[in-house]
Amino acid sequence: MAILIDETTRIIVQGFTGKIGSFHAQDMINYGSNVVGGITPGKGGQIHLGLPVFNTVKEAVQQVGAEASIIFVPPAFAADSIMEAADAGIKYCVAITDGIPTQDMMTVKNFLRRFPVGQRMILTGPNCAGTISPGRAMLGIMPGHIYMKGNVGIVGRSGTLGYEAADQMKRLGIGISTSVGIGGDPINGSSHRDILEKFEADSETKVIVMIGEIGGPQEVEAGIFAQQHMSKPVVAYIAGLTAPEGRRMGHAGAIISSAGESAAEKVALLKELGVTICPTPAAMGETVAAVLARM
Amino acid sequence: MDIHEYQAKEILSGYGVKIAEGGMAYSPEEAVQRARDIGGHIWAVKAQVHSGARGKAGGIKICKTHDEVEAAAEALLGKRLVTHQTGPAGKVCGRLYIEAGTDIAKELYFCFLVDRSSERIVMVGSAQGGMEIEELAENNPEAITKIYIEPAVGLRDFQAREMAFALGLDPELMSHAVKTIRGCYRALRDLDVSMLEINPLVVTRSNELVALDAKMGFDDNALFRQQKISELRDKTQEDPREMAAADRGLSYVGLDGDIGCMINGAGLAMATMDMIKLAGGEPANFLDVGGGASAERTEKAFRLVLADKNVKAMLVNIFAGINRCDWIAEGVVEAVRKIDMKIPLIVRLSGTNVEEGRRIIAESGLPIITAETLAEAAEKAVQARNEAVAKEAAQGA
Repeated sequence: MAILIDETTRIIVQGFTGKIGSFHAQDMINYGSNVVGGITPGKGGQIHLGLPVFNTVKEAVQQVGAEASIIFVPPAFAADSIMEAADAGIKYCVAITDGIPTQDMMTVKNFLRRFPVGQRMILTGPNCAGTISPGRAMLGIMPGHIYMKGNVGIVGRSGTLGYEAADQMKRLGIGISTSVGIGGDPINGSSHRDILEKFEADSETKVIVMIGEIGGPQEVEAGIFAQQHMSKPVVAYIAGLTAPEGRRMGHAGAIISSAGESAAEKVALLKELGVTICPTPAAMGETVAAVLARM
Repeated sequence: MDIHEYQAKEILSGYGVKIAEGGMAYSPEEAVQRARDIGGHIWAVKAQVHSGARGKAGGIKICKTHDEVEAAAEALLGKRLVTHQTGPAGKVCGRLYIEAGTDIAKELYFCFLVDRSSERIVMVGSAQGGMEIEELAENNPEAITKIYIEPAVGLRDFQAREMAFALGLDPELMSHAVKTIRGCYRALRDLDVSMLEINPLVVTRSNELVALDAKMGFDDNALFRQQKISELRDKTQEDPREMAAADRGLSYVGLDGDIGCMINGAGLAMATMDMIKLAGGEPANFLDVGGGASAERTEKAFRLVLADKNVKAMLVNIFAGINRCDWIAEGVVEAVRKIDMKIPLIVRLSGTNVEEGRRIIAESGLPIITAETLAEAAEKAVQARNEAVAKEAAQGA
C-alpha cells in the first residue's frame, strides 16, 4: 500500500519550467514517478520534458487528471501556489520551498480548513525534502537510490537526517514503506501526528520511525496520539541535545522557546508515552531492527 | 530578527500605543541634552541591547538630576550587559534611550505571539506585570489570560475588551485599552511580527495606559517584504560570526565547544553535534552548508569554522542527495590546500557518488581522517581532538 503516493499517483510540478523545478521533475520521472505535466503561468500549451505545461492547476486537474503536486515556487509566491492546488482539487501537495513567511502559512492552514475533511488537500512541508514510497514513486528532492522498499515508515522534519535513517536501515536490510518529510518550519502542512495516523492505517507499514527536533509541540502530541490510538510501535529520535535555548538551529522552527521544547524534555515525555527512543542518531537502524525482531 | 526598545516604541506609537516621552543618545552629553529636552525631574536611562531582563542586569537607571543622567550614561555606554537571555558573553550597549519618568500605579503584562500548536496568533496578558512571563507561568499560571485570534477574521473588539477586563483595567480606560491592543495587533499583521511584548504595560497615577517597555521580534522569512524593518537591524547586537555566515548564505551558530562542524542539512547537523557530545566531545558550532555545496562555498564554510580559535579538530559530515560526494570531496581537498589547515580534519561522506568521493580524498595525499558511519566520524573527531589537546599540553610543558 504505502501512504500518500504510489506508482499510479498522477503528479504535476508547480514551478515546472524553472531550473530547480526542471531538475527535480526529471529526477522524479527517472525514478518512475507518474509525472503528467506541470504549471508555469503564462507558458500554458508548451511542452517541457516531453510533458504538457499548463497555466493553472485547475487546467491540469481537468485535462490530465492531476492528483498530487510538488511546489518549487519561490517563497514570496509559494503560499499562493499551495492554495491554488487546494482550490483546484489536488489531493496531496508537497511544498519544497524554504522561507515562506509564517503569516502566509497561517493563511494557508486557515484556507485548507475551509474544505470539509475528505475534500481537504493534504499538505506536507514546506521546507522539506518531500515524500517517497520506495520502488513506486518519489515526490521530492531526495536521492531515491538510498531507499529500499520495505515495511518501515519514516516521518521527519529534516531531509538529510531522514536520508541517514534510511541508509542505516538499508545497511541492515530494512526497507521503507513511505518516508515523509514534514519540514522544518514552525507552521507546517501536516504534523508528526497526522502522518502517524496515516501509517497506522497502512497495512504495509509495521513500525514507524519519527525523527523530530527541538522546538514546538508536535513530537509530544504525536507521542500522545501513539499511546492512545496506535497498535504499531513508534521509534523516535529527537535532534538537538546540544542546542542552546533561544537560538535558531538552521530550521525556522528549530528553536527552544518554551518549556518542553528541548530535546531532553521531549525524549523524557516520549519515553513516558511508550515510544522507543534511539539512544543516539547513529542507532536509528539498530533500534528499528531490535523492535522488528521482537514482533 | 530583533530590534531595540526605542525602535519598537517608535513603531507602536505610530499605531496609537501611548509611550512616555523619550529620545536616543550615543554619548553622556547627548543623554543630558535629551533629559533637558524632555524636562521634568525624573528620567530613566535605558541601555539599548537586544535582551529582556535588562533591569535586573543593571541596564536601566532611574535618575533625578542631570548629573545622575550623565553618570548613568557613562556607566552604561560600552558596557557589556549579561542577562540570562544574552548568554554569558553578554551584549554591548552602544545606544541609550532616555525617557521621562512614569508615575506607575499598576504594572501589567501583555504580549502577542505565534502559537505553534493552534497555528494562530495568541494574545497573552496578566494583571501581574513586571516579572517575566516564564516565572509567572510557573508560579501563578491561573493569573495568565490567553486569547486566540482567528486569522481570517482578525482581532475583534470583544476580544480586546475581554483582555482589558482580564488585565483589571478601569471601565473608563476601556476605549483606550481597546485602541492600544488593536494597534499592537495591526502592527503585528502589517509588519510580520512574530513576537510583540509589552512588559510592563502600566497604568499611571493619572490613569493612562502606557507601554513602559517594548520588545519586538520579526519573522526572518518575511524580511524580503519588510524593507523598513530590515533597515532597523543592529549588527552590533548579533554574533559577528553568525552575521558573516548569513552574508555568505550559510547557517551558523557559535557554541562553546572545540570540535568544529560542517554539515549539510539542519537536522543532520544537530544530530552530528549530538553524536559528538555522546562520544565525549563538545561541538564548537552548528553549521549547515545547505544543498548546493560548491567548492567556493565549502572553502567559505571552512574559513568560518576555523576563524573560531577554540577549534581543535574539524568534522565534515555530508549526506549527498542533490549534492554529489565527488564534488564535495574536491571542494574539501581544495579548501584544505588553500587554507593550510593545521588541525586534524575528519570527513565522512555518504550518499550519491560516495565511492568516487572517498577515492578523491584518499588520493589527495592530505592527512584527512575518513569515516564511513556517523558514529565512527564522531568517535574519530573526539579522539583527534583529545590527541591535539594532549600534544598542545606536552608542548606547553
